[in-house]
Amino acid sequence: MPVKKDLHIRIDELTRVEGHGNVVIDLKKGRINTLNLEIIESPRFFEVMLRGRKYDEAHHIMSRICGICAVSHTSASLKAIEAAMKINISRQATLLRKLAFCAEVIQSHVLHLYFLVFPDFLGEGSIVPIMSAHPEITKRGLMLKRLANEICAKVAGRHIHPISLSPGGVTHTPKPSELKKLKAQLEASFDDLEYTVDLLSKVRVREFTKPREYISLKDRGEYGIYGGVPCTSRKYPLSEKTYAKKLKEYVVPHSAAKHAKSPKGTYMVGALARLNNNWAQLGKRARAVSKRLGLSPVCHNPFHNNTAQLVECFHLTGQAISLIDELLDMGVKKESLKKPKGFGVGFGLVEAPRGTLYHEYAINKDGIVETANCIIPTAQNLRSIEEDLREMVPEILDLPKEEIRKAVESLVRAYDPCISCSTHIMNVRFE
Amino acid sequence: MPQKPKVAFFSFTCCEGCQLAVLSCEDELPEIIKDVNIVNFREAFDQRSEDYEIAFIEGSISRKDEIHKLKKIRAKARVVVALGACSSTGGLNCLKNLYPMEFVKKEVYGKNASRYPRFDTMPVKPVDAFIHVDHYIHGCPIPKKEFLSVFTSLLMGSVPVMANYPVCVDCKMAGNICVFEKGMTCVGPVTRAGCDAICVTYGCVCWGCRGFVDDPNVASHEETLKRYGMAHSEVIRSFNLYGERKMEPKAASMKSKTKCR
Repeated sequence: MPVKKDLHIRIDELTRVEGHGNVVIDLKKGRINTLNLEIIESPRFFEVMLRGRKYDEAHHIMSRICGICAVSHTSASLKAIEAAMKINISRQATLLRKLAFCAEVIQSHVLHLYFLVFPDFLGEGSIVPIMSAHPEITKRGLMLKRLANEICAKVAGRHIHPISLSPGGVTHTPKPSELKKLKAQLEASFDDLEYTVDLLSKVRVREFTKPREYISLKDRGEYGIYGGVPCTSRKYPLSEKTYAKKLKEYVVPHSAAKHAKSPKGTYMVGALARLNNNWAQLGKRARAVSKRLGLSPVCHNPFHNNTAQLVECFHLTGQAISLIDELLDMGVKKESLKKPKGFGVGFGLVEAPRGTLYHEYAINKDGIVETANCIIPTAQNLRSIEEDLREMVPEILDLPKEEIRKAVESLVRAYDPCISCSTHIMNVRFE
Repeated sequence: MPQKPKVAFFSFTCCEGCQLAVLSCEDELPEIIKDVNIVNFREAFDQRSEDYEIAFIEGSISRKDEIHKLKKIRAKARVVVALGACSSTGGLNCLKNLYPMEFVKKEVYGKNASRYPRFDTMPVKPVDAFIHVDHYIHGCPIPKKEFLSVFTSLLMGSVPVMANYPVCVDCKMAGNICVFEKGMTCVGPVTRAGCDAICVTYGCVCWGCRGFVDDPNVASHEETLKRYGMAHSEVIRSFNLYGERKMEPKAASMKSKTKCR
């Protein structure tokens, strides 16, 4: 029997999420009047900012959409530029970019789990009390994070706004000795990841199931992260070229970030979506960890997105080690950047930590960007978050208000929203 | 034992990368937290307090409600530090200012934009256009080393030192070959150092993210860039990426002021 009561919750400036958002909930006799995730971050107008800039500045500018997923934005941007200008980069450049990419996803997942999610589980407001009460937990989290940062630093100069990733390749190559050291550190980091599994396994995952569509990239021969083509868990064709047409973005008045829907309605992107779509391509060890943590496909519980992130850390650590092996085998050498051979429209898609990221540019014969369009993971998830809240809140009305509030915050946080990203604002049109 | 200083972090229009750079001080973070009380850091902490002595502000100002919030912070904090390019010089966000705001709104939101006050925008400005800033940490993103040095100075009660010489000095110290020798161009000769010329070290050029050094010889550097084959419009483009350009763009079809300050 559902509880029929009034409830009004307003969470101003959600904490421990990236960017500025509010949640407003208003229920009358158990029925939802208002339930909005308000995005209040200032729009930044990257679409206008990019216009008229040269192709070799675009990735530098677009990286600044987000500090946390800077490598993802840079990579998607470079792929779009290179597709538009018919540039084929070398195998070595691809491997190095992939290595930085794996490290960014690991770093983002670790940051989310240790800084943003574990405080919930441990009943603390932040990492600070955990630092004094549980120094071991802090140490492990910081070590994992530091290693991921170090990989980005050795490959690309730094993680936040990487330097060496440029149109045509990479402008810096790490020394073999540096790569060997990173490999050893990555191998050792499995121990910290196992520790994280123990920690996460003690945490009760809230029961909540809501079937929905999952969209991610699918790659040939490997788990889709840096490459691949878009795919959906429902039956309809989806490709790079049709991505922006099929997945329609639209404006809702309470959000400075657009929402998006697929031809089938609500969909989710991110770690859980990738895992659901590409389970068979995960490494053995990652799959075993996933099962240990009670996550196997198809999982419709968004709270398990946290679990999926940890599973991906295992897979990507393994992948980073293989990438380093291949680089060492072929012997890293200095290469010059490949020159553009054409112009036109190009698409760049990657699996950013929070899901499928889409960049599309039109570049003219002088190498100037004429138009740009981006579809950001968090914007694609906003509709799904709101729908989950609409279903979950009436189910838990018998709980005290403070508990409901916590559950709401945990659900939003489980999606790991990146609000700065989502309000980059491109091509919004009010019809 | 004296009370630990209360430190707050605030974020305006930006990518939050500079706050993340602070969180990336993995080795120092446990020590920092022993020495100060962090009372406001929305990206990572639940706690919020209106009582603080040192305020770090990242992001530029692009909305009216942000001005109000900013002035409140100034009234409460004893020391205000601008964290990163967006906050110190307006940063890359200023590229928007190359166009009239009506054009930006119409372009992005369509003709009904005025119905949605949430998306209102104004020309982007750095924090010191509205309040007094005591110290600046430049860069996009801030170098971790510089943050730690300013932070330590403030805790010890000394005045943080800011580099006031061009990136070329850092570049020489890093042992780099000048990019002009490699057939590229950059704005390092007029840009404030303090970054160890990391972009050149990793094979790129200086993009000018730290803003002009005090009293830069812009005219002379313009001549140099032209001598190295850059067209007038390209010179302007290379100067205005981080919001420091004073000159009116000639070639651009949109009329606007490009200087953020």
